Amino acid sequence: MNFGWQALPLYVVLISVVTAMLIFALGEGRQHVRTTLNLGGAILKLALIMLMLLAIQSGASFEFRMSLLPGLDLVLHADRLTMLFATLSAMLWLITTVYAIGYLEQSPNRARFFGFFSLCVAATMGVASAGNLFTFFIFYELLTLATWPLVVHRGTPEAFAAGRLYLAYTLVGGVLVLIGLIWLHALAGGSDFIVGGSLAPLAAGNENALRTIFVLLMLGFGVKAALLPLHSWLPRAMVAPAPVSALLHAVAVVKAGAFGLVRLVQDVFGFDLAASLGLADVLAWLAAATVIYGSVLALRQSDLKRRLAYSTVSQVSYIALGVATGGMLATVGGLVHLVHQGLTKITLFFCAGNYAEGLGVHSIEELDGLGQRMPVTSVCFTLGAFGMIGIPPLAGFVTKWYLGAGAVAAGAPWIIAVIVASTLLNAAYFLPLVHRLWFRPLPEAMAERALAIRGGRMQALVGPTVVVAAMALLAGLFAGTPGSPLFWVIRMVGGES
Amino acid sequence: MPSELLIGLIFLPLLGACLTVLPWRWSTRLGVFAGLVSLPVLLVALTLAVIREGAWYYSLGGWTAPLGIRLFVDPLALLMLWMVAIIGGVAAAHAWHDFRPGTPEGARFWPLWLLLTAAMNALFLSADLFNLYVCLELVTLAAIPLIAMAGTATSIRAAMRYLLLALLASLVYLLGVALLYNATGTLDLYLMTQTLAASDGPATSLAFALIAVGLLLKGAVFPLHVWLPNAHASAPGPVSAVLSALVVKTAVYLVYRLWLWTLPAEDPMQGAVELFAVLGAAALIYGGILALLQERLKLVIAYSTVAQLGYLLLVLPLASVTAWQAASYQLLSHGLAKAAMFLAAANILHAVGSDRLADLERLDQRTPLSLFALALGGVSIMGLPPSGGFLAKWLLLEAAWQEGRWLLLFVLVLGSLLAAGYVFRILAAALRRADPTEAEDAEGTSPIGRRQAGYALLLALLALLAGFGAAPILEVIDAGAPAGWSAP
Repeated sequence: MNFGWQALPLYVVLISVVTAMLIFALGEGRQHVRTTLNLGGAILKLALIMLMLLAIQSGASFEFRMSLLPGLDLVLHADRLTMLFATLSAMLWLITTVYAIGYLEQSPNRARFFGFFSLCVAATMGVASAGNLFTFFIFYELLTLATWPLVVHRGTPEAFAAGRLYLAYTLVGGVLVLIGLIWLHALAGGSDFIVGGSLAPLAAGNENALRTIFVLLMLGFGVKAALLPLHSWLPRAMVAPAPVSALLHAVAVVKAGAFGLVRLVQDVFGFDLAASLGLADVLAWLAAATVIYGSVLALRQSDLKRRLAYSTVSQVSYIALGVATGGMLATVGGLVHLVHQGLTKITLFFCAGNYAEGLGVHSIEELDGLGQRMPVTSVCFTLGAFGMIGIPPLAGFVTKWYLGAGAVAAGAPWIIAVIVASTLLNAAYFLPLVHRLWFRPLPEAMAERALAIRGGRMQALVGPTVVVAAMALLAGLFAGTPGSPLFWVIRMVGGES
Repeated sequence: MPSELLIGLIFLPLLGACLTVLPWRWSTRLGVFAGLVSLPVLLVALTLAVIREGAWYYSLGGWTAPLGIRLFVDPLALLMLWMVAIIGGVAAAHAWHDFRPGTPEGARFWPLWLLLTAAMNALFLSADLFNLYVCLELVTLAAIPLIAMAGTATSIRAAMRYLLLALLASLVYLLGVALLYNATGTLDLYLMTQTLAASDGPATSLAFALIAVGLLLKGAVFPLHVWLPNAHASAPGPVSAVLSALVVKTAVYLVYRLWLWTLPAEDPMQGAVELFAVLGAAALIYGGILALLQERLKLVIAYSTVAQLGYLLLVLPLASVTAWQAASYQLLSHGLAKAAMFLAAANILHAVGSDRLADLERLDQRTPLSLFALALGGVSIMGLPPSGGFLAKWLLLEAAWQEGRWLLLFVLVLGSLLAAGYVFRILAAALRRADPTEAEDAEGTSPIGRRQAGYALLLALLALLAGFGAAPILEVIDAGAPAGWSAP
């Protein structure tokens, strides 16, 4: 155990835990103290992560290790993949907190909400910086626990039904991971994440055991990543308040699942082993099917948030698809989408929240002409939608470009067909929305409806929306410059493996 | 020096019990202080001694076995003693408010409580079967009036039922002990082994069978659990906590002692461990399902105890060092988590006036701290990280995997999913709002309510911390693994 400078990843996790505990302790009143705490925690965490980022650039390494059981350590470390995810979630936590403070103004149970919100981010940071599968699992399950109160936050029977479904899926998924983990532990001991995986020496004679373990873990992580047969909890969880949806879709739950798949392929099995056992293909097919299926279902949704939810089902699977295709280019495409999808999707959810709060708009038909009533939000929404479709030079295009090039390089041209089909479908379900916003006339009833958000609340909601939309735009526009997510990912994939 | 520690652990609570019988308020205070607060201090010294010297015997009054009475302490006994000190101590602090010294309730409560503490300590330190019988009886006889302390018709009926079944169990157990004494000429748990190996026959098998039935009945192991749910659910909160966390474990502890220490490895009665595992599995499933069906909070928690006891028996056929760690850690973390849940439930019952799940809406505003403790305890009971319960479940799964017990593995997983079901059912009931749009009404918790919630929270936090502090605890525990269970 080392509690010094080396243990910085631990402190990054603890900041959010402490914030959560303080918020719980404060209780419902004292809103200003809570807001200060919330923002202070988020800013402090972001600062620490920036510090770590700089230190890692100059060759430092971070690791905190503590023995939990004989032969099993709790390991928190910071490699490049950690930093990619950690930076994303720390930034978006700060922005979402600002948004949530505005969004939930005057609604009940805010202490509970922000407490679990922070706990959720703590779990995400743990997932990001976990140094072995065992540690990963601990935070992965903690994430389930911390998000359930957020999903049922509204306290309606509908919310509880969604919460039940969420638990049923994630707890069973957790059990699958646990069994795979026990098996792996019996086979290989508690080994740390290593780029390229640590299982290759064991492969001879254990092929089928390793295949089964991979499938167990893949399904377990697939639940949160909303892989094809395991996705149906996600659209139902849309009953949660908008900041929760944003967090769930862009940084926390869904991403944790996708991140688990990345770790599984890259750092537990190693792509070469996964490919030689035929497992990478299984994951690639499953991800490709999810990409198409999610888009098809998104087409059929008339509720805005549900359409976005199915879009997430589809988009998150790009990450798994890229990693499972293998090769430098496709891997870059998959990993960078971790950030790109996060930024773009959070923009769209913030916009959906603004429409719902501002004018009570929930369904797609009501979007007609809203470009006039809420121009800033609508511009952001349009940017997000274009990003999702992958119109150059937005972030989604960068992802798709690398995925496509990677598919060719890896000799899997069918993936290009998947990407093209998915792009067409994305356009088919996003362009009509953009069309409605800007080119349909504003119905009279809507023109007369008073805007429910104004003043400071307006700034708290629209400000973060603009910031994330700008980030999504810049990530695509300056993808080639040092400091961009793409640049970071290329250095990670090219430099370390 | 350490021998005085053993005597102190038994006689200080006993002395305390005598003091609390006296009519003055200060004598009750002094008695409780002498009997409970002293325990952790003694245990620190005892722990250091056990780490230094390993397990050892002490002959009372210098009379050695087979004539004299021997006390025995090893890491397992030490673990149980610590649980009595910590869980019993926190539960006593919680009880202090409802059973104040100087009131009639307090006068009835504290002598029994201290007697129960002394009897449990004596039980965990005893090395011979007859002493153990006496201690078991004392534990039961002290526990029954504590259950009836609530004074309601349900609690008295539950206590009576417990009394009758416990007496039956004691008789059966005693009969087994008599048979064993006849066959071996000794009552000492650890001396009996050699004699048993030499003189094996149907009589000793019958004896062990009788003892097993007696213990399973006292330990409320499925299908002999019928007395437990009502007894544990209708007792006052601190009593429920101690009953579920400690009292039923005394019987499980004795099953461990007899089957893992006394009974020779080649004895045919060793086959009973398979039966124990089947009963444990059945308890896990049955208790879990019944907990899911209960309409009252305390009954859910009580049935959860029936289920969780199953884990402790499931371990018996696994016979490995991992299984040993799993059993010890399950004893510890279930004790902490379950006691926390019962104390929290008592606070909730007190604040709401009912513990029907249907009446528990908006608990996050009405009793936030107690609900938090309940939830944290629930996390450990479900075996989700980070908690002691998670590490225990991990070790259990690992042990089952090492032995290739796939069916057990399946049952373990099913059991934890059922636990998740009933815990989240409670939490969902507690977060519900009759009218989701209504504004919050800030009902402040009274300082007393906060303090009472603090005790539940303390135990829940300990259960959580157990998820991080396993390494040093298991190091001590490992040294006490029974023969045949230690590392090859």
